[in-house]
Parts: sequence; C-alpha cells; structure tokens
Amino acid sequence: MAAGVAAWLPFARAAAIGWMPVANCPMPLAPAEKNKRQDELIILNVSGRRFQTWRTTLERYPDTLLGSTEKEFFFNEDTKEYFFDRDPEVFRCILNFYRTGKLHYPRYECISAYDEELAFYGILPEIIGDCCYEEYKDRKRENAERLMDDNDSENNQEGSMPSLSFRQTMWRAFENPHTSTLALVFYYVTGFFIAVSVITNVVETVPCGTVPGSKELPCGERYAVAFFCLDTACVMIFTVEYLLRLFAAPSRYRFIRSVMSIIDVVAIMPYYIGLVMTNNEDVSGAFVTLRVFRVFRIFKFSRHSQGLRILGYTLKSCASELGFLLFSLTMAIIIFATVMFYAEKGSSASKFTSIPASFWYTIVTMTTLGYGDMVPKTIAGKIFGSICSLSGVLVIALPVPVIVSNFSRIYHQNQRADKRRAQKKARLARIRVAKTGSSNAYLHSKRNGLLNEALELTGSTEEEQHMTKGTSLIESQHHHLLHCLEKTTNHEFIDEQLFEQNCMESSMQNYPSSRSPSLSSHAGLSTSCCSRRHKKSSHLPNSSVPATRLRSMQELSTIHIQCSEQPSLTTSRSSLNMKSDDGLRPNCKAAQITTAIISIPTPPALTPEGESRPGPGSPGPAALPSSANIVKVSAL
Amino acid sequence: MEMATVRHRPEALELLEAQSKFTKKELQILYRGFKNPGYLSFSHECPSGVVNEETFKEIYSQFFPQGDSTTYAHFLFNAFDTDHNGSVSFEDFVMGLSILLRGTVQEKLNWAFNLYDINKDGYITKEEMLDIMKAIYDMMGKCTYPVLKEDAPRQHVETFFQKMDKNKDGVVTIDEFIESCQKDENIMRSMQLFENVI
Repeated sequence: MAAGVAAWLPFARAAAIGWMPVANCPMPLAPAEKNKRQDELIILNVSGRRFQTWRTTLERYPDTLLGSTEKEFFFNEDTKEYFFDRDPEVFRCILNFYRTGKLHYPRYECISAYDEELAFYGILPEIIGDCCYEEYKDRKRENAERLMDDNDSENNQEGSMPSLSFRQTMWRAFENPHTSTLALVFYYVTGFFIAVSVITNVVETVPCGTVPGSKELPCGERYAVAFFCLDTACVMIFTVEYLLRLFAAPSRYRFIRSVMSIIDVVAIMPYYIGLVMTNNEDVSGAFVTLRVFRVFRIFKFSRHSQGLRILGYTLKSCASELGFLLFSLTMAIIIFATVMFYAEKGSSASKFTSIPASFWYTIVTMTTLGYGDMVPKTIAGKIFGSICSLSGVLVIALPVPVIVSNFSRIYHQNQRADKRRAQKKARLARIRVAKTGSSNAYLHSKRNGLLNEALELTGSTEEEQHMTKGTSLIESQHHHLLHCLEKTTNHEFIDEQLFEQNCMESSMQNYPSSRSPSLSSHAGLSTSCCSRRHKKSSHLPNSSVPATRLRSMQELSTIHIQCSEQPSLTTSRSSLNMKSDDGLRPNCKAAQITTAIISIPTPPALTPEGESRPGPGSPGPAALPSSANIVKVSAL
Repeated sequence: MEMATVRHRPEALELLEAQSKFTKKELQILYRGFKNPGYLSFSHECPSGVVNEETFKEIYSQFFPQGDSTTYAHFLFNAFDTDHNGSVSFEDFVMGLSILLRGTVQEKLNWAFNLYDINKDGYITKEEMLDIMKAIYDMMGKCTYPVLKEDAPRQHVETFFQKMDKNKDGVVTIDEFIESCQKDENIMRSMQLFENVI
C-alpha cells in the first residue's frame, strides 16, 4: 500500500461493511488502537527554522524517519520540539513530500547533498515525482561519471590495476591505446602502415616518366618489385593485426561479425587472392577489379578517429531521411528526363537518344553542375531545361538543411530516448518490487499474527506487546482489512511461488477426472471454515497416530504457513499436531480449542505429486515436498 | 471539461456536523484526508473538492495490491455518489461514512442493500449479486489458496440467495435482506466491527 493514501484507510475499512452480509464466516477482530491520540501539531526545528505539521501528516509514511518512532530520538524535552541538525532548505522539500505525496528535486541543490539528506530521512529517491525525476537521474549520472573518471585517472596514475589475463590486457590495449606504451606504439605503427598502403595505392597509378624505348608507364609497373614489397609488408602487418585482434576478442563470433573486422578482411583479401591466382589473361581483368578493394584500407582509419565513427553512426541513424531524399530526387529525375526526351525528340542529331540517356542530363542540370556535354536544342527543350535547373536548386537545397538539423536532433534524441527507456524500466521494476513488498508484508504479518494470537491465548501479554511493536497501527489495520476480504471469499492470499507450486501439484495428479467432481463437492465442504457446524468431530489422541500412517487422516481447512526460519521441518503427524496446538486461530472468541481432525478427502491441490493411490482415502497431505518448507496447521 | 477551474467548496462545517454523526474535529480530519489524496502513482487531474471515479478507483486499488479492485471500486463509487453526478463531493463522502461508521444497524444494512442493488430498483437479482461477487473475488487476485475456481462466485451467490431469499422468487427485497441479516449473528457482529475507525 502506498502509505500516502493512509488517510483513506478509514474509508476503505468502512466500505468493507459492504462485504459483511455476503460473507459466510465470522470476521476477525479489528486491531485495538492502543493509546489513541488526538491529532496534534508537532514542531520540527531544523537548524533553527521551525516547521509545523500535523502528526498524522508525518505518519502517512511509516517507514521513514519522520513517520516512525525513530524521530523520538530527536525529541527535545525542554522545548517540546523535534530538533534536527540538518539543512533546512532540503527539509522544505522533504516536508512537502509528506504533505503532497510528491517528492521534488530542487535544481539548485547539489545532488550528493540531496542524496545524503534523503538517506538520513529514510526516503527512497525512486519516489521522486515525474516532473523532477529525469533531472535528478541526469545529475546523478553525471556525478557518477565524474567520480568514475576521477577514479580512472587515479588508477592510471598509480598504475595499480587488477591483474587481467593476457588476453584481456591485449584486448584492452587494442581498444584503448592509451593504456600502455606498447599499445600506443602498436596504434601508431598500424596507423603509419595504413597511410603507407593508401599512398602506395595512389602513387602506383601515377605516370612515372618514360623508359627509353617504351611508352609512359605508371610507377606501379616501373618499380613493380618495390611496390610489391611494400604491399606485402603492409598486408603482413594487417594480417598479424587481424589475427591478434581475433585472438584477444572476448567474443570471437561477435568480433567476426563487426563492421571493422569485415573491413579488415576486405582490405587484405585482394592480396591473397592475387597470390593464389595465376597471371593468365582471363582472370587478370577480374584481378584488376579486386585491387579496387584495396582502397577500403582507408576505412581502417576509423579505428583511429572518433569523428569518423560518429559520422558513420549518424549516417546510419538518418538513413530514412537520406532514403527519402533519394526517392524524391529519383522522382524528379524521371519526370524531367521523360519531358526532355520527348521535347528533344524532334531535333536532329539530338544527344537525348533515350530516356535513360536523358537521366544524365537531368542529374547534371539539377545539381547545377552543367557539364555541357548534353544541351537541348529545341525551344521546348530549352524551356523545360531551365525549369529543370530551377527546380533542381529547390529540390536539392531544401532537404539538405532539414537533414542536417535532423542529424543533430535525431542524434541527441536517440541519446535521450535510450536514457529515458532505461530509466523507465528500472523505475517500473522498483515500483513492482515495492508493490510485492506490500503484499509480502501482509503475508509476513499473517504468519506473525498467528503466533501473536497463540500467545494471546496463552495469556502472555508481555510477549504479545513485544510482537505487535513491529507493525504500525495503520499497517495492522490494513492487514485486518485484507483479512476480512479473505474471510468473505473463503480464500487466502498466498505469494507467487506457493501458488505456482500448488498449480504444479494439482496438474501432476493422475487421478481419473471422474473422481474430481466428487472431490470438488467435498472440497466445497472442506474449504468452508464454517463446517464446524456440521462437524463430526472425532478427537484423536496424538500418540495413537503413527507418523507414517497418514493416509486416512485428512485435515480440515489447513493453513499454509511458510516458515522460513525452520528449515528442516519434518512432516510427521506428531509434530504437526504439536504445531496445531500452538497455531490456533481463535475466530469469534471461540472457546473450542480441541483439535478436531475430520476425515474428508482433501481437494486435489493438497495431494502431493507422484502419488497415484486411488480411492477416496487419498494420500495424506503430509507428504509435502520438503523443499517448500511448508507447515500445515490444522485450524478450527 | 476545464478541470482546473471547477472548484467545489463543501457546506459549512456546522451544517455537516448537524447532518452527520461526526464531531467537528473528526470532520476536520476527514476533510484533510479527502482534499489531499496523497501519493498516487500517476497524477489525475482531480478538480479540487470532488473525487472522480478514476481517482476513486486508484485510491482503492492501493489497498489491494494483489488483485483487481476496479470493478468493486466502481460499485462503491456508485453507492457513495448518491446524486449520480459522476463525482463524489465531500458531503457525499461524509454522509456515506456517517452511515457506515455511526449509523444504526438498520441504516448500515440499507446501505449494503443499496450497494448490491446495482440498478437501484429495489430488488437484488442473481445477476446483480453475481456481478458484485465477481468484483469481490477479483480483488483477491490470482494467487490464492485454495485456487480460485471459475464458479466460486456463482456458488457463493447461490449460498447467499438460499439464505436471503425467503419466498424463493429469485430476487431479494430490502425486507427479506434486513430480516435475514438480523437473524444471522455473525453478520450482526461484523457490522459493529468498524465502530471506532475514525
């Protein structure tokens, strides 16, 4: 229960009167309100600034410092006020949380100071309201990153690092060249060789002066051996680098699939293929084409340049915008090419031989290049040509700024959206945990409550008070409300894992289905706790029931209690009977404390798995899966 | 509907004190809780001074985390919203609570009858009772022991009608209801359960 709505608990309890005529069983007793005080104003003195509020306002959140009895530690008897030696500015926000239920984060406040105050007052930061949560998380993350950076630089300076395996150090060296001098050296060496390789490819094709007696040769053919050696050296370095990276990668499969490794492979493949292939005429054409791929070595620079990587990422994220630009351009090109073709059809010796041939003219005109190799000669052609170039300016110029601004917007938005999604998931998870926490609190207190009432019966009042000190009045009232609901519907709340177990047990039954109707009709009787009216009580002494002969005895309206503190609970009958004396539930101030064990077949859910005994005397429920640590207590 | 500008001020404190069975101090406490429902997981635009059905449902569901209490909260809302204008004002709230907490047993039973009689025609039919029962069982949620069967509400309705419907005509009138409840000591006792809630 979100404690903030504790103010409405009286209403919810009053509305429970709506269940009373429907219920078949008597209701449990309401928790007594010991020393009920009238609501009073209390004074909170925070470093001299006095705040006043109602006591019940603070008690809305009983698991915080101000809402629980912990604040009594700060009570000053002389001045009859609560004194806190803390920051009054932040206290304003905290007190507003009690008043309105929303915790706000003031922007001028330092994040770590705020966190400290929240921790002092026992308030979880997760309940910061939506209006301020994003800001809070951002500031917190910045702070954490700054701390991490500080730590990292400290570590680097000290040079003391946890010992990683050889493979991990290698990977770190590859990814971040600043970790060690060796990594830096490797980084620069590979960079140098990439540059050499690219320059080689370029210079290879430059005409290099003439050898007397033959025509002008490019340098590549004149100094073929030298270039070949250079190429070999570069490819060797690249191969070694690739293999080393492959060895050091934490996930080889992922590494092979990554873009950079594909570029690496493509860069060195042509050389090896060239080695393998012979120098005959047919394949040399293909071989030449392969050399084109050597230019991809230039992309290896992106490992060395952060900017290239960012550019690649933004292009990827703006792919849809680029695609749209391309599509609209294509549309315009086709339209204008068609028009120009038909306009120029009449003219003689026209270069516009077909529509695809006109594409070239349209593209050159629309991008305002205007090479002049194709020009319209007819008047209509010239008119449409001018319209084409004018519209080209518009079509090209307009989307480009939009795309550029899209780049920055989308880039930042992506960052923020990912951030928010991660935060939201974490928040929802925490809220869910809190919710299960409240239902677990009820189940937990049920267990304690049984022991409480048992103690009540035996008359030991001091221990009872000791037990009930744990839960606040509001909690006990809330639990009483849930208890009334259980009584109204004759079903109990249990937690998820118990429920799953019961489902599994019931589904593993090999009873023929024909038996289940009879069982269910009995089940209807047996689950009704009011069947004490029809009870055929046979009081059986504990000793006469041997531990193993459980088959004929069934229990009536048993209550599952998860006893986590008692791990190895035997399921012997005698111990169960002993427990049953303790865990009596005195409904309706009943004076009947006898242990009545009635032989009625249990509902299928109670029977253990694997038992395939037929007959109405179905196997006793005592053979429980011991892993569940469930104690069955017979109740009256 | 401009939520922000609709403001509703309740009647004067003395008037409410005369009409209901609460003292001034109790009314003050009630109003403070009413006007500020406290932390809700998503903020509803609630015109100050009245509670609309959404907020009502959300507040009620805070108390029953394991099940789905929206249907029952809907019926409750209709029971509190006596003038059927879609919102529960503070007067409605106080009058309802006054009956539930300080009223005579007769009045309480009347209120319960009104809650069950969904179409307010003076008769509780089996269908109405089944709706109410399903709503109550929904609040239990899924994880119950013993496992909730599909026909548990229906069976419960049958039991209820067996007890309440004296002339076996398929409907329960107010007189049958009150008479049967007064005969059942459990019900009588549980009606006094929440006497000292405020």
